[in-house]
Amino acid sequence: MSDFHNKMAPASDRPAVEEDHSPDAPLSIHDLTVAYHRKPVLWDIDLDIPEGKLVGIVGPNGAGKSTLIKACLNLIPTASGKVQVYGKPYGKQRSLVGYVPQRESVDWDFPVSAVDVVAMGLYRKLGWFRPVRKKHKEVAREALERVGIGHLADRQISQLSGGQQQRVFLARALAQDATLYFMDEPFAAVDAATERAIVTLLQDLKGKGKTTLVVHHDLATVAQYFDWVILLNMRVVAAGPTEEVFTQENLRKAYGGKLSLLAEAGHALTQADRG
Amino acid sequence: MNWYWIDTWIVVIGALTAIACALPGSFLVLRQMSMMGDAISHAVLPGLAIAFLVTGARASLPMFVGAAFVGVLTAVFTQWISTWGKVDRGASMGIVFTTLFAIGLLLIVQAADHVDLDPGCVLYGAIEVAAWDVAWTFSIGDLLIEVPRSAVVLGIVSLLNLVFVVAFFKELRISSFDPDLATTQGINAQLMHYLLMTQVAVTTVAAFEAVGSIIVIAMLVTPAATAHLLTDRLGLMIFLASLIGAASAFFGHLMALYIPPMIGFESTTTTGMMAVATGIFFVLAWLFAPRYGWITRLVLGKKLIKEKPVGAKPLKES
Ligand SMILES: Nc1ncnc2c1ncn2[C@@H]1O[C@H](COP(=O)(O)OP(=O)(O)OP(=O)(O)O)[C@@H](O)[C@H]1O
Ligand SMILES: [Mg+2]
Repeated sequence: MSDFHNKMAPASDRPAVEEDHSPDAPLSIHDLTVAYHRKPVLWDIDLDIPEGKLVGIVGPNGAGKSTLIKACLNLIPTASGKVQVYGKPYGKQRSLVGYVPQRESVDWDFPVSAVDVVAMGLYRKLGWFRPVRKKHKEVAREALERVGIGHLADRQISQLSGGQQQRVFLARALAQDATLYFMDEPFAAVDAATERAIVTLLQDLKGKGKTTLVVHHDLATVAQYFDWVILLNMRVVAAGPTEEVFTQENLRKAYGGKLSLLAEAGHALTQADRG
Repeated sequence: MNWYWIDTWIVVIGALTAIACALPGSFLVLRQMSMMGDAISHAVLPGLAIAFLVTGARASLPMFVGAAFVGVLTAVFTQWISTWGKVDRGASMGIVFTTLFAIGLLLIVQAADHVDLDPGCVLYGAIEVAAWDVAWTFSIGDLLIEVPRSAVVLGIVSLLNLVFVVAFFKELRISSFDPDLATTQGINAQLMHYLLMTQVAVTTVAAFEAVGSIIVIAMLVTPAATAHLLTDRLGLMIFLASLIGAASAFFGHLMALYIPPMIGFESTTTTGMMAVATGIFFVLAWLFAPRYGWITRLVLGKKLIKEKPVGAKPLKES
């Protein structure tokens, strides 16, 4: 896989991708429309995500943030449009893409240990009929070590706290060693320490030239954490560098009449201005 | 009361049924789809009936294929109705299997004039009869061993199920735990789902004739649920489920032999008692399982509080 990986990974001879419609952007989405039971929830999404950015996906509940990620990963059928990862359909680039789903999406009583769950990130590399071996578990343990819960590797996953479970999911994405990551609310219901830990990890990924898209709900920290922002509410309200896009006006468009949220957003902006 | 060869074979047939069922059953339980076993085992009825009407013979290969096919259809229809009809999975399963079961009963009653296919036999089976139906005989020294056909069939199905679960262990694990992740890893979770359903259908059909569908439902779900209480490791859980199922077959038959005479009855159905035995094992595990048992937790509750808490360390900053 590593040959392939090198070819696709950030190459210095490629022109810097900013706003242009580069065919080789880590993620480029064209005219994507998604519907559940014929009711559209995402309309005409057009996005080109530049390389090496930490991207926040922001929008109210039901805006279609999770749906956008699932559509990119072929987890739900799309009505129209196409999604390309480094210039090729996602289906051909699976090993380059890591996914951290929402924590509630799995049954934590399942009889697996933390290290087993992390090793699942290696299944694609392993291929059919090949069992998980010791060296794969070693990789998984290292990933758990990196997120600070190496000592909990052999615990059954229901005996972990919510924050620790979130770290297991992050470790799984790390073990996969992707170049493009989708994370659905990794900060949901974690304490301040875990939040800081995750931010450090995200920055670390960015430092390695990886592109990460993160669904985020806390408007107060958007400007602080992300260098790129997608404001979403069924359509892309705005997308671009945080300082250009994360404005009062755009937030009003994205959040509509939800006043309490707007007040929060205003607070966030003043904080961002100060910081 | 004496123990005859036939008793050994009854237990062997029961145990093989248990093993054949525990392998896919463990995954059904973990996917919270226990009712699917129930649904499929009822829905195979029209498949059996149609194949029977077409070929005019019992226990033939077409019958087997027909029933397995309808079993898989149950899974497909259930999926369709819940996707397109805005009905949840449980409800659409109910719609599909009661409909198919009703069609099956109708067909069997229609056919009953011409042929000998008894609905009661489909539900409760006839393990005592099955044990007499010898497929081949061989001898070790002076000992003549007559292997019943059901034991051969269920032995083959157990072996196939074992090969399937071992070969696709990691695919079954990931697609049961997190189907979305499986898909991102290039493992088609939908395909694994239908493969598992096919396995359930084939197992149900293979077992129903010897032991009836009631015991199949019990053996698919109860030993696996019991084993889930006993361990946190998937491989061990499947192994324990098989073991508990086999033990239930043995104790079930013992109970069928000894308990009715004690309370003045002639005898009872062995398969019924085997189902009861799986229930007894479940209750025991529910009370005394090492970590999750109700009584265990009461007793150990105080000790656990004293255990040193282990928190998360911060991430390594590299
Ligand atoms: N499986 C589904 N079937 C039908 N409608 C769905 C389904 N999943 C999501 N929806 C609808 O699609 C819309 C977008 O949902 P989505 O989960 O993408 O929102 P979200 O932005 O992730 O919200 P949240 O912030 O609450 O996580 C919502 O209106 C939701 O009701
Ligand atoms: Mg969501």
